[in-house]
Amino acid sequence: MEQYDVVVVGAGGAGLRAAIEAREQGARVAVVCKSLFGKAHTVMAEGGIAASMGNVNSGDNWQVHFRDTMRGGKFLNHPRMAELHAKEAPERVWELETWGALFDRTADGRISQRNFGGHEYPRLAHVGDRTGLELIRTLQQKVVALQQADHRETGDHEWGLKVFQEYTVTRILKEHGAADGGRVAGVFGYARESGEFFAIAAPAVVLATGGIGKSFKVTSNSWEYTGDGHALALLAGARLLNMEFIQFHPTGMVWPPSVKGILVTESVRGDGGVLRNSEGRRFMFDHVPDVFRAQYAQTEAEADRWYTDPDHNRRPPELLPRDEVARAINAEVKAGRGTEHGGVHLDVSSRLPAEEIVRRLPSMHHQFLELADVDITREPMEVGPTCHYVMGGVEVDPDTAASPAVPGLYAAGEVAGGMHGANRLGGNSLSDLLVFGRRAGLHAARYAAALTERPQPAAEQLDAARAEAVAPFGEGTEHPYALHQELQQTMNDLVGIIRRAGEMKQAQDRLAVLRRRAEQVGVEGHRQFNPGWHLALDLRNMLLVSECVAKAALLRRESRGGHTREDWPAMDRDWRRSNLVCALVDGGIEVRRQPLPPLRADLMALFDRTELAKYFTPEELADEQS
Amino acid sequence: MSSLEFRIWRGEAGEGGFVSYRVEVNDGEVVLDLVHRLQATQAPDLAVRWNCKAGKCGSCSAEVNGRPRLLCMTRMSTLPPDRPVVLTPLRAFPSIRDLVTDVGFNYAKAREVPSFVPPPGLAPGEYRMAQQDVARSQEFRKCIECFLCQDTCHAVRDHEENKGAFAGPRFLMRLAELDMHPLDAAPDRKRDAQEVHGLGYCNITKCCTEVCPEHIRITDNALIPLKERVADRKYDPLVWLGSKIGRRPKD
Ligand SMILES: Cc1cc2nc3c(=O)[nH]c(=O)nc-3n(C[C@H](O)[C@H](O)[C@H](O)COP(=O)(O)OP(=O)(O)OC[C@H]3O[C@@H](n4cnc5c(N)ncnc54)[C@H](O)[C@@H]3O)c2cc1C
Ligand code: SF4
Ligand code: SF4
Ligand code: FES
Repeated sequence: MEQYDVVVVGAGGAGLRAAIEAREQGARVAVVCKSLFGKAHTVMAEGGIAASMGNVNSGDNWQVHFRDTMRGGKFLNHPRMAELHAKEAPERVWELETWGALFDRTADGRISQRNFGGHEYPRLAHVGDRTGLELIRTLQQKVVALQQADHRETGDHEWGLKVFQEYTVTRILKEHGAADGGRVAGVFGYARESGEFFAIAAPAVVLATGGIGKSFKVTSNSWEYTGDGHALALLAGARLLNMEFIQFHPTGMVWPPSVKGILVTESVRGDGGVLRNSEGRRFMFDHVPDVFRAQYAQTEAEADRWYTDPDHNRRPPELLPRDEVARAINAEVKAGRGTEHGGVHLDVSSRLPAEEIVRRLPSMHHQFLELADVDITREPMEVGPTCHYVMGGVEVDPDTAASPAVPGLYAAGEVAGGMHGANRLGGNSLSDLLVFGRRAGLHAARYAAALTERPQPAAEQLDAARAEAVAPFGEGTEHPYALHQELQQTMNDLVGIIRRAGEMKQAQDRLAVLRRRAEQVGVEGHRQFNPGWHLALDLRNMLLVSECVAKAALLRRESRGGHTREDWPAMDRDWRRSNLVCALVDGGIEVRRQPLPPLRADLMALFDRTELAKYFTPEELADEQS
Repeated sequence: MSSLEFRIWRGEAGEGGFVSYRVEVNDGEVVLDLVHRLQATQAPDLAVRWNCKAGKCGSCSAEVNGRPRLLCMTRMSTLPPDRPVVLTPLRAFPSIRDLVTDVGFNYAKAREVPSFVPPPGLAPGEYRMAQQDVARSQEFRKCIECFLCQDTCHAVRDHEENKGAFAGPRFLMRLAELDMHPLDAAPDRKRDAQEVHGLGYCNITKCCTEVCPEHIRITDNALIPLKERVADRKYDPLVWLGSKIGRRPKD
């Protein structure tokens, strides 16, 4: 069995940043990823990376960024994570430049920053609308630079950092004899190309597998987003938190059907695009919730002035946090004011000159022209909500990214939970990947280096993992594609953007049936590059994760951020004090309440009391004063 | 809704042949939708690479009616309605299975290009570059590494033997990108391009530019300027082509 110090599962922003850090700490690192190197889902990110560099408005600093992040997350964020994130994001972005990244520039040659929903100042470093590509390519090229350095020393590019591309991990392995509570000892999985199994021994495993969107029918997420890391963590004995919080991005394409869900970047609105219903009304003015009323314009005239004079005008309500905008669109369509294909209009054509649109939003222009025959410089786009991001994820220690439940297990990026609370602000994911990816790599490397004796994968675990992986070639008759479609339909219809108790119970029943049927899944052909087989194995993960989402969502009797209940429409200050935590107990998902870590006094002092009173109970605020 | 014949190359390691399928086509669909429909109905083990289905990751490269394309960005409405759609794997790379090829050549070439060298004396956060100076390299950084240009360039496509000495348009463009980076401190990218990465094999036919889904002007903006910088003289594509056609590059 190959031996490494650290195995990183995932080669998106978080995984590559972790791998770079671990290698720079001297660890020998394996990166395992489902797709080709450089193609992870992070390439799709468009709008930018949030970091309070203050290049465009010098009023920005980490405290303002922290405040925006907490507001966006409805104060359910792990405060220490939000703090570290806001403090370290600028360094992480600047560091990318030293690895060759080329961001768009300000007039004085600094990194340019753009406006985005929920961010008080222009804060997103960007490259047109292909920021994720720049991030991935820069990290990929940094990995290559480290490999070239190793090659100079050892004659082998892969001596210290090897990428296993198109390898899928299906199990985290643990040490001999230990049942629950044992240490991590490596990973097991299959190579797509050959279908052969592989196992890598390593005392530290960093999960950086991204999200879960492929459990939903309408999603902006790529093929990879089957919740693997979430499920691997559960199966290894770790806990997930905040799984009820799913971000539906307000603007996905709605037509043609084959592209339904593909993202329309928020930059369209940040750069001046407005939302209108079928009556031509800028309806977002009708949907500004009380907690935000003071910060947003009340008239179109004021909103329009903001683009050129942000210091003296309030921002347009199109730039409210995503959950608000998604709900508003949903409400307009439901009220019969939707467009022909069940969306609303997003119009930038009447707002900016055509050349400007093509310069600022090149990929959007290209995407609509090629996929929908719509020229966005001449006509509005049709858009509607799409499943975009999961706030929930593996419970981790904020400083080290380590799972408190499983020694040797780390998680960073979208697969980790806590940082974004109930709702993530745009641009805060890419910065999260870098800040916590680096921390995970650092602490995983240190942990591995400090061990005097290394855990070895238990033989019976390897056997079980192998048996599980070949099971779909048995007698089973259930079709993986059919099961997947039913799962997506269930989650979309019953645990989607607006939730009701009855529907969520129904969802749980259906998920239970699907889980039983999935045990009978059968595939044709052999193991070499066989997509039917891959999907059959992914189903286990999607079903586990969907069960967490459905169970937690039913338990949380309030509406907050990415969790909206028709039967419990208000935000409840008592519920803010709890996270819902999922664990796998005897093969089933168990959910329990766990107190959210308190907001430190110095961080609390960044907000004014009237704002805090909307989120915190009087007792919490009184405790604070005493 | 209508139905159409798809003729798909199926096989392994270069051994195989065409299999015909009839499949339903709906309004607005792209070729990848049809491949997915086949997987879900008639051919569950049909191998294809894809990831984002939004033209952003460059995974789904294959040949549609003999032309290198992204399957997820090729709309059915752009193909002839009365003829079968022929899908084959990228021709310049070794076949693995069905539409999937081994693109390892490209990753090997990527490693041969020396990385960005940060300018001495500038700390992180101190970089200052003008937008017009970064714009040229930014165009090349739009590359999604679909390797369609690598597949189409005749210097590789028809000449397996050139693969050792020739980096291909994607990686020559990478050299141009670094060369034009306002702060790259590496000494001589141009000479490298010529002497190590086989810039001389390129005879500026522009085929790479034609297939690039990102519409990067690879030949005009990267390769020709690189050649000019190497030779310190201007290249007129027609004259250059005329003087090169039919001749094999020297060692
Ligand atoms: C269309 C779109 C636009 C976005 N725009 C922005 C934006 O502008 N700003 C922003 O901040 N955020 C944005 N986001 C969100 C952001 O892109 C993601 O949250 C982020 O990229 C996730 O990165 P990651 O490193 O966690 O994982 P990913 O980049 O998703 O990488 C996951 C990796 O894990 C691997 N993997 C998964 N499962 C396995 C397994 N079982 N075995 C082996 N490997 C595995 C995958 O192959 C992949 O390499 C956007 C998201 C979408 C969908
Ligand atoms: S221009 Fe050069 S690199 Fe491009 S296809 Fe022609 S010969 Fe190949
Ligand atoms: S240059 Fe264009 S064709 Fe070549 S790999 Fe990049 S995106 Fe693809
Ligand atoms: S699937 Fe990503 S480019 Fe086609």
